[in-house]
Amino acid sequence: MSDQQYRVILAKLGLDGHDRGIKVVARILRDAGMEVIYLGLRQTTGSIIAAAEEEDADAIGLSMHNAGHLTLGPKMTASLNDARLDIPLIIGGIVPDEDIEELLESGVAAVLGPGASAEEVVSTVRDAISARDET
Amino acid sequence: MKSSKETIPQLFEAALSGERRSLGKLLTLVERGGETADDVAGLAHRKAGNTHVIGITGAPGSGKSTLTGRLLELFSQTGHNSAVLAVDPSSPLTGGAILGDRIRMDDLTDENSFIRSMATRGHSGGLALAVPAAIQLFDAVGYKPVIIETVGVGQVEVDVAGAADTTVVVVTPGMGDAVQANKAGLLEVADIFVVNKSDRPGANDARRDLDLMLDLGHISGLEEKTGYRPPIIMANSLEGTGSQEIIEAIENHANHLKSSGSIKVRQDQRTLMEIQNRVELLIGTTAKETLSTEFGKAMINAVLNRETSPAQAAKSIVNSLLND
Ligand code: B12
Ligand SMILES: Nc1nc2c(ncn2[C@@H]2O[C@H](COP(=O)(O)OP(=O)(O)OP(=O)(O)O)[C@@H](O)[C@H]2O)c(=O)[nH]1
Ligand SMILES: [Mg+2]
Repeated sequence: MSDQQYRVILAKLGLDGHDRGIKVVARILRDAGMEVIYLGLRQTTGSIIAAAEEEDADAIGLSMHNAGHLTLGPKMTASLNDARLDIPLIIGGIVPDEDIEELLESGVAAVLGPGASAEEVVSTVRDAISARDET
Repeated sequence: MKSSKETIPQLFEAALSGERRSLGKLLTLVERGGETADDVAGLAHRKAGNTHVIGITGAPGSGKSTLTGRLLELFSQTGHNSAVLAVDPSSPLTGGAILGDRIRMDDLTDENSFIRSMATRGHSGGLALAVPAAIQLFDAVGYKPVIIETVGVGQVEVDVAGAADTTVVVVTPGMGDAVQANKAGLLEVADIFVVNKSDRPGANDARRDLDLMLDLGHISGLEEKTGYRPPIIMANSLEGTGSQEIIEAIENHANHLKSSGSIKVRQDQRTLMEIQNRVELLIGTTAKETLSTEFGKAMINAVLNRETSPAQAAKSIVNSLLND
């Protein structure tokens, strides 16, 4: 599978302006050989779905720091289902430990928090894509 | 492998009926190259030939994507379905890429537009195939116009501009951008000049520099030969000023291409280039394979032992391919 070029969408939803993390992650994934479609700030679930369809993304990464993850995370997975898009969703940023289970249950593939190393970021994205590919 | 249950003809039918997800998947196949890409391109080619291709090129950061967003907005308002292929370089070290063009266009787009980001993936040969094939796909499923955004820094980009019917070269005030553009060979391919960021100091100087260079074309007789002088349009793409004029200039150029008959010349030239690129790629691949056969290894050894020269060895190898 190493010969395949993964295409990953990175975005932030709504008014959350913390974009250091997403920029770091974009760079990490690029340096791991992936193609990052960088959508940046102020996206909506609708704009992310449109980008995912047009770009034929292998994964979607959301970076969240505004405590909106418990509503926006499940909303994003529901939108993906409605659009019949079988694309893993990975969430990073500020997610309290006790919320992780709920996110995973709503269909989020993985959750990463502050201090995640470059290796962790890369392997989390890779694993989420290969887990989807095996189904 | 990302499992796609649909066959290529099924995906193509769905894309024809306006399904974005299927068009997105077909573009991936085209980009990956190989037999599958050829199958997709074959289907697309039969239905293509109706669109107008606009190339937008210029230095990094000159505002190509922002400008493209403005054009998309206007095209959409007049009921056009337009598509964008935004090409960005891959990192030569890791093969990865950060594709950041669409964030500059997103705000202004709607369901009438389709934006696809494409990384150069290291090989210009591959790009030269994937770009025309992607354009044909957009064309075949009814996008009109199709816009290609490329960073204007080298030959590859000039080649990609060759895939366009109308090439828009974007320059910005200051730093002798116009002179740089001249060096990069962009001036010869320009059908329309845009001085973007005209809100910045030096915009009028940039315009004058370009005008002077175009005057040289006038003196050398180039202008008379083509019967066309590229217009220079001042734009501020943050505000959207100049975009309407650019669209009019594109229409004007399209009309010129038709009335002068050069559209036919361009299309013939493009078809020739596309076939030539494919021939070179096919021969190149087969030649590479030959190098690892017994015959190829013998040739390499002969050169190493100075029994024959690299040029002669190459000729023998190509001849062996042709006589197969
Ligand atoms: C720097 C910072 C700011 C800067 C942001 C600058 C910028 N452009 O990014 C400024 C000063 C502007 C700011 C403002 C605010 N902030 Co602030 N800020 C921080 C701070 C200190 C660090 C965030 C950071 O940049 N970390 C460095 C990056 C590299 O780490 P990261 O984002 O976590 O990313 C890593 C991982 O999470 C993961 N990751 C992240 N995203 C993704 C995505 C994917 C796909 C993957 C795989 C991995 C991944 O990988 C990264 C690398 O390890 C945090 C506290 C903290 N310790 O996190 C608060 C914090 C995020 N801020 C907070 C708050 C409340 C605010 C404000 C609302 C404060 C206010 N009242 O004004 C404003 C809101 C501004 C806005 N418009 O959104 C809270 C959020 C609370 C919450 N969510 O419940 C925090 C947690 C502080 C706190 N403890 O209260 N902030
Ligand atoms: N002042 C000013 N800034 C502009 C104008 N057009 C674009 N910009 C800004 O210039 C920067 C680069 O714009 P892009 O549209 O990304 O430029 P680009 O040529 O597509 O960049 P690359 O694709 O990276 O080569 C952004 O910060 C834009 O907001 C303009 O007319 N005036
Ligand atoms: Mg751009």
